[in-house]
Amino acid sequence: MSLALVSLDGLLDQRRVWRGRASEPAGPAAAQPTGHEALDACLPAGGWPPAALSEILLAAPGSGELQLLWPSLARLTRAGERVVLVAPPWVPYPQAWEAAGVMLEHLSWVRANPAEALWATEQCLRSGSCGAVLCWPGQVADRALRRLQVAAETGQTLAFALRGQQAALNPSPAALRLAVDPAQWRVLKCRGGLAPAHPIARPAA
Amino acid sequence: MLWACILLPQLALDGVLRGRADPARPLVLLGGPTQRRVLKAANASARALGLRPGLPLSTAQALALGFDSAEYDLAQVAQAERLLAAWAYGFSAQVSLHYPRALLLEVGSSLGLFGPWPHFQATLHQGLAAMGFSRRITLAPNPVAARVLANLHDGLAVTDPAALEAVLCELPIACAGLAREHAASCQRMGLRRLGQLLGLPRQAVARRFPAELLQHLDRLRGLAPMALEFYQPPDRFEARIELNYDVESTQALLFPLRRLVADLAAYVLARDGGVQRFVVQLEHALGPPTEVPVGLLGAERDPGRLFELARGRLEPVQVARPVRSLRLLAEQLPAFVPGRRELFDARPQQLQPWEQLRERLRARLGDDAVLGLGYAADHRPEQAWRAAPGPPAQAGGTRPGWLLPQVQPFAVDAGALQAGPERVESGWWDGGDVRRDYYRVQLPDGRLAWVYRALGEPEGLWLQGWFG
Repeated sequence: MSLALVSLDGLLDQRRVWRGRASEPAGPAAAQPTGHEALDACLPAGGWPPAALSEILLAAPGSGELQLLWPSLARLTRAGERVVLVAPPWVPYPQAWEAAGVMLEHLSWVRANPAEALWATEQCLRSGSCGAVLCWPGQVADRALRRLQVAAETGQTLAFALRGQQAALNPSPAALRLAVDPAQWRVLKCRGGLAPAHPIARPAA
Repeated sequence: MLWACILLPQLALDGVLRGRADPARPLVLLGGPTQRRVLKAANASARALGLRPGLPLSTAQALALGFDSAEYDLAQVAQAERLLAAWAYGFSAQVSLHYPRALLLEVGSSLGLFGPWPHFQATLHQGLAAMGFSRRITLAPNPVAARVLANLHDGLAVTDPAALEAVLCELPIACAGLAREHAASCQRMGLRRLGQLLGLPRQAVARRFPAELLQHLDRLRGLAPMALEFYQPPDRFEARIELNYDVESTQALLFPLRRLVADLAAYVLARDGGVQRFVVQLEHALGPPTEVPVGLLGAERDPGRLFELARGRLEPVQVARPVRSLRLLAEQLPAFVPGRRELFDARPQQLQPWEQLRERLRARLGDDAVLGLGYAADHRPEQAWRAAPGPPAQAGGTRPGWLLPQVQPFAVDAGALQAGPERVESGWWDGGDVRRDYYRVQLPDGRLAWVYRALGEPEGLWLQGWFG
C-alpha cells in the first residue's frame, strides 16, 4: 500500500486548508502586500492573492480604486515589472500617477473595444511578462472571469478586474472580492480564510 | 579550397509543388505553344499514372485522368534559384549560380563553423528538405569537378586531387560535362570512360577537338583555374506564389503565406539581418492588388513569430474579390539585434517577453492600440499627457488620477467645493487658449471630482477628472 505523503505546512502555505478564523498573517509566499496595513492584516495571504484574479467592486467609477491600487502598482513598477491597463475608462493622468510613485516607463495601456479587451487581458496575463494587469470587464459572463483567473495562474501575474458593485450579487471565480466605497473597503470573499465581518476605513489620501 | 555542388534535378517542379498544400497529388508542368502543349515535367505520382515528360498534353489526357497541371515558368525557376542562392549565402561567402539548376559553394572555409563535412552535408540536406527541394550534393576540390560528379553521384565527397583523378577516370564520357557533339565523337572513337580520353596524348586530342574540350578537361582535373561570378544578395526581398484556384477566404491563403514568410525568414537569416516591415499583396484577376502591410517595432527574423504576426494582420482582411496570387515584398531589411536577456532572470517562468506580447496585441488591435504614458510640459490638463514616455513630471497642484478625454457639463451646489480655485491660464500662443478656475469637489456619495469654471462664463461647471 502506498501512502501519498503531503506535508501539512505545504498544504497550509498553499491555502488549500481552511482554518476557520485562525489566520496568522504573512506566510512565506505572501509577497504581494497591498501597501495598506489595515487591509493586509485582514487578508489571509497578507496581501493580494499572488497569481490570481482579484475583483474590485466599485460603488461608482472613481470611488477610490486608485488610492487602493497605487501603492501596489508603485511597488511593482519600481521593481521593474510592467503594469498594463487594458481599456481603462479614462486617460491616466501622468502627473498624478507619478506623484503616487508609479514609474511611468513601466506602465502601458491598451485601447480596445470591450470584446477585444478580454482577449487582450488574457494575452497579457498568460504571457507572464507583466507584473499586474488591470481590466474593466463590466458585465461579463462567469466563464470570462474564470478564463482570466486561469490565465493569471498560468502567467503568475496579479490580475485586477474593476467592476460595478451590482456584480457582487453573482458568484465569481476571483480569489479576492473587495467592495470599494469612497469611505470604506469591505472584503466580500477571500480564498483561504473567512472574510472579515467589519469594513476597513479607507486611509486618508 | 573545397567546392560543394548542390544539383537540383527537378527545380521547376519543386518550385510549383512547394506552394501547394498537397504535394502528393499528380502534377505535370506544361510548355510549348498553345496548339501543341507538351509535358515538360511530372512528379512521382504523375509518373505512376504513366505520364512522362515529352508527351503531348492530348496524349496525357487520353492516358490518365485527374492530374493537375501548371505552367513551366522560367521566371519562377529563376526566382527559386535566387532564393536558394540567398539561403546558401548563409553557409558560404562564395556562392555561384554559374551552372543552371545547380548551386556551387566554396565550403572549405566554412568547415570550421559548420563542419565536419558529413555534419555540414546533413545540415544542407535538412535545410533543402524543409524548403521542399529535392537535391544531390557532391564535394570536390574544384567547382567543375563537383558539378560533373553531381551528374552521377549523390553524397560523394572527394577531397584530394589524387582521389579525384581516380574517380574521374571511371566516369562515363556521357556524364563528363562535355558538349554533346564532342561526347558523340568520343563514343564513335570507342572511348567509353573519361580515363581513356585522359590517357590519350595531349597533342592528339588537341588536333581532333576544339580548344574548349582540353580547357574543360584541365579545369576538371584542377590544372586550370575556373573564373566564377559570385552571388551578391540584394537588399530587398520579393517572392510570389501563384495559386491554382481563385481563393475567396483568408483561411485558404495561410498555407502559401506560411511558405512565403518562411522564405523571407531564411533569406534574412542568411544575411544575418532582420525584417521590420513587409507587405503581403493579394493579387486579383482584375483591379489593383489588396495590400496587407505588416509592421513591427523592432527587427525580427523568427519564422514562427513572423507568420503569427502576418496571420494576425491577414485574418481580419475581407477578401472582396477572388485572389489569384500572393506576393510578399520587403523593402527594408535592417540589421537584427538579438534581445538582451538576463542570465538570472527574476521571472524564470516568463513565457513570452513583453516585446512579443506587444507585437501580438498590435497585430490584432491595431498599430496604435498599445500606448505608453508620459508627461508633457503643459499646464492645460488635456495637453499634459502623451502616449509615449516623456520627461519627469513637474511638481504642481494636486491632479486627479483619471482625466476625462471629453469634458462634461457638471451640476453641483457650491457648498461641496473642497479646494480651489486654481487658475490655469495658458495656450494663447497656439490658438488653444484656456482660462479656467479648477476646483476639487466632493460629491454626496463621497467621490472626488475635478471640475473647472471657464473665466467669463460664471454659470457652467465642467467635469474634467476623477480623483479615484
